[in-house]
Amino acid sequence: MAEPVLFKHRRGRRHASLEDYVADGGYEGLKKALASMAPAQVIQEVLDSGLRGRGGAGFPAGRKWGGVPPDGEHPRYMQCNADEMEPGTFKDRLIINADPHLLLEGMALGAYAIGASKGIIFIRPSYELEAELLTLEIERAREANFLGRNILGTDFSFDIIVHRSAGRYICGESGAQQRAVMGVRPNPIETGYRSAVRGLWNKPTVVNNVETLAHVPGIVRNGAAWFKGLALTPGGDGTKLFPVSGMVANPGCFELPSGVTLREIIFTHADGMLPGKRFKAALPGGTSTKFIPERLLDMPMDFQSMREQGYRLGTGAVIVFDQDTCLVAATLNMMHYFARESCGWCTPCRDGLPLVLDLLGRIEEGSATREDVAELGRTVAFMDHANCAFAPGAAEPVLALLEHFMDEVEAHLDGKGCPFSAQPALPWRGEPQRVFTWPGEPEGACPGARPRPKPRRIVSCPI
Amino acid sequence: MLPDELEKTLDGFVHHADHLREAAVDVLYALQNHYGYLCDEALEEAGRRLDMTPAEVEELATFYDFLYREPVGRYVIHVCDGVVCWMHRVDGVFRHLQDVLGIEVGGTTPDGMFTILPTACIGDCQNAPGMLVNGKYYGRLTNEKIDEILARLREHGEEIVVCR
Repeated sequence: MAEPVLFKHRRGRRHASLEDYVADGGYEGLKKALASMAPAQVIQEVLDSGLRGRGGAGFPAGRKWGGVPPDGEHPRYMQCNADEMEPGTFKDRLIINADPHLLLEGMALGAYAIGASKGIIFIRPSYELEAELLTLEIERAREANFLGRNILGTDFSFDIIVHRSAGRYICGESGAQQRAVMGVRPNPIETGYRSAVRGLWNKPTVVNNVETLAHVPGIVRNGAAWFKGLALTPGGDGTKLFPVSGMVANPGCFELPSGVTLREIIFTHADGMLPGKRFKAALPGGTSTKFIPERLLDMPMDFQSMREQGYRLGTGAVIVFDQDTCLVAATLNMMHYFARESCGWCTPCRDGLPLVLDLLGRIEEGSATREDVAELGRTVAFMDHANCAFAPGAAEPVLALLEHFMDEVEAHLDGKGCPFSAQPALPWRGEPQRVFTWPGEPEGACPGARPRPKPRRIVSCPI
Repeated sequence: MLPDELEKTLDGFVHHADHLREAAVDVLYALQNHYGYLCDEALEEAGRRLDMTPAEVEELATFYDFLYREPVGRYVIHVCDGVVCWMHRVDGVFRHLQDVLGIEVGGTTPDGMFTILPTACIGDCQNAPGMLVNGKYYGRLTNEKIDEILARLREHGEEIVVCR
């Protein structure tokens, strides 16, 4: 296995401290950039490295940074997306817990490149411990003058705040995330806007994922050629974190060269299937990607190779399904998730997802006709006509279900029901909506309020 | 009247923000922790401090997963219903919690101790099935493990890590 870059400092239950990080050459990239590189050179280096956004879309980071007009307004913002909520994905949490300063240095470099003075880490509520950890480490970095005013004696000033989300998957979309930061309903901003020109508070803003930013210090320190050399394929870029979950013997997060095959990830690093289980399909990059059947397991996992074959690498989160798991029910489960977590702003999510839920539900329970299946295909094909990438992402597993696993869909139609052991696609019953949708009782002060315990601040997370 | 400490916290959020509304979620969380949930008084208070209309505050308070617009228990059990936990039979976790607590999903035990809510993937998929109780992860759940967790929370109550 190639030498880890992002997980270089990963250890038991303790994160790499500022001292650990500095002793190992941390912040050397920032020193180098401030001492000898113009902002445009940093952008060029990142562009040459071929680094693509690790949040799912795979847009070249250098191009995103280069999109900020040199004469654009100030202040500018460097926003880090730590709102990782896609089922199967837990890599950003591990980076923060293993090596928080790697992210902070990456943000400082990005800020230097685009001329930003303020950084915002947008983090989901389930990651409150990570938010606490980041707050502490930002303070350390400030004390050491890696953040704050006149960093390392130069005229570059940059500081970072941690912005808590209250939790909804749509907040991972960059436009929605910016609206969330600005305290308004977080639906994506209309298409055609460019946040690099007009983002937070109408000022130039760049939004990058945690893993993307964590790669930047290495690129600046060691150069674009070194980064390119880490990948196995010409279309690959650096190393990639692959969180593996599902029916495998050794689930976990592995840092591997970009371009490694799905087969190697699952059968070598995750130790193959659980005893007694046989492989059926895998989602290669979280639930917004297509199921990959066994015969395609040797496809290289990098953005370019996957796109050429009509697949998306997404977040690189590998979810493995076995022969006993019903893919119709699994897809239905994912659609419940998407329907609930969307903002419901435009038609494909608001009307399309409930229709998909209905049609898939009918297939699963055995009351669907062939016309329903055709209708399902037409509906998901329409998902592209959405305001953001949420609905097209939701369509991916359904498209693959109809493309590669039609026999399983047919078995539901012919057998008038699910041929697998009964497991409801939505694993609970009840009315949880009423808890957070309707206002409380009108009479009295806070009727029904219960004393809530005082929080105990601890910073130690399972990694 | 809010306690002095909370007043200070809220003032701090508002003063440190470059733009007032940037502090919206922090203010709502702090009020939620004080009142137990986002009751109408809490929303009015938030609106006053953030210079937002009641409709604008309501819009945020009802949008997010971790803001509660109705009373919740002392411990909110967020059970992951993402596809990985589903594959690892999280339906059994829901069923067991419902059975031992005697409530539906979305409900609160009569003693005010526990609320069960389904939630988006909690980002601990290698330990599926999992749940989050007031900020703390519990993974690879079995019925026995759940019983132990509930007993510990009932008896000692200090298991809360962060209360948001």
